[in-house]
Amino acid sequence: MVVNCEQVWREISNYLDDDVSPDWRMAIEQHVAGCKECAAVLQGTRNVVQLYGDERMLEVPLGFSRRLQRRLEDNMNTRRNFMGWLVATAAAVIVFGSFEVARSSSSQHVLRSEHAKAGSGVPPEMLVLVSTDSKLFHVSGCPFIHDKAHVRTVVAREAEQEGYTPCARCLKKYLSQSQPDERVTEEKVSRS
Amino acid sequence: MAEKTPALEEAVRQEEALIRRIRDGERDLFYELIRPFERRVYAAAFAILRNQADAEDVAQEAALKAFKNIGQFRAESRFSTWLIQITVNEARMWRRKGHAHLMEPIAIREDEEGNYTPRDFADWREIPSEALERSEIRQKLAQALGSLGEIYREVFVLRDMQQLSTEETARALGISTASVKTRLLRARLMLRDLLSPGLGGGWSSRLSFEKGTKPW
Repeated sequence: MVVNCEQVWREISNYLDDDVSPDWRMAIEQHVAGCKECAAVLQGTRNVVQLYGDERMLEVPLGFSRRLQRRLEDNMNTRRNFMGWLVATAAAVIVFGSFEVARSSSSQHVLRSEHAKAGSGVPPEMLVLVSTDSKLFHVSGCPFIHDKAHVRTVVAREAEQEGYTPCARCLKKYLSQSQPDERVTEEKVSRS
Repeated sequence: MAEKTPALEEAVRQEEALIRRIRDGERDLFYELIRPFERRVYAAAFAILRNQADAEDVAQEAALKAFKNIGQFRAESRFSTWLIQITVNEARMWRRKGHAHLMEPIAIREDEEGNYTPRDFADWREIPSEALERSEIRQKLAQALGSLGEIYREVFVLRDMQQLSTEETARALGISTASVKTRLLRARLMLRDLLSPGLGGGWSSRLSFEKGTKPW
């Protein structure tokens, strides 16, 4: 059997995978022995397969394993301690609920300093979660909370004062409608 | 091609034993089960999304999903194949769920039926695998791979980087084995075209092992 260059190229991948008939194998080898171009293509393709097949090409970001392990552990713990979690959440709701009552009955919320200005469109009194390990704050139940074992519940304003920024996933709807400058102007107008 | 060596059989046996124990309640063992494959999970997600942060999120989601559904795993396929299949689905779903920045320009989806003609016939000497110690070489390879259209990238990553069989790749991606072969051929030839000018000459002429080997 005699094959031409195009036929060799079409079968080169199968040849490297040992997925051609003995006839084809022999024909390809004969062709390549006398054709410099096809020899170059074959050798180069073999290099490609070999280089990319190396374990070192499967790089992961620094800390990937640790974060994955922790995410799995958190998930297992969350399920196991579901009752405990429920009680804690209920307690948090009661505590913050009473805060809320006290606050709303005293006065309308006034920003104390320029730094306290809400930078995002997230309602400042909304309950959010922050964790020590992350720079973001989330709504409860967001799957992107990294360190679930160390979360605290605060209001969005406090989270922002502490330097946290809203999670772009769970708080997306607020971020897209965020127009901080306009909002500040409105507040000033209504106050005066 | 898929003949089982004694070592592989032993690995499969251990894997099955581990899965049984996890199902029986030793859930803490799950990380041990997926640890050998975590890099592959990430690579599969990255092949589709081409973005580190998204790939990591998807890798975590896929691992959690595998954990929650471990009861549905059937031993007729390898655990790793099943895990990669979940990852591919998660990554595709992730992109569909409004992560528009991850969409591919349509122009990249070339006609896969036409024959691919190599463009570069320069001789590319054998590259010693020590070249991979150099991060700029790994980066060049990653860049070349990233420039392929998704349908080629997926197949190439699963077949040549994850060493899945043609059948396993077809199942994971939901395409025919014939498509796997055609796309793999194209991916390999395109990568060779992209890399041979550099690795055959340009970048590698600076490598110490290449010094003095050029006839001109």
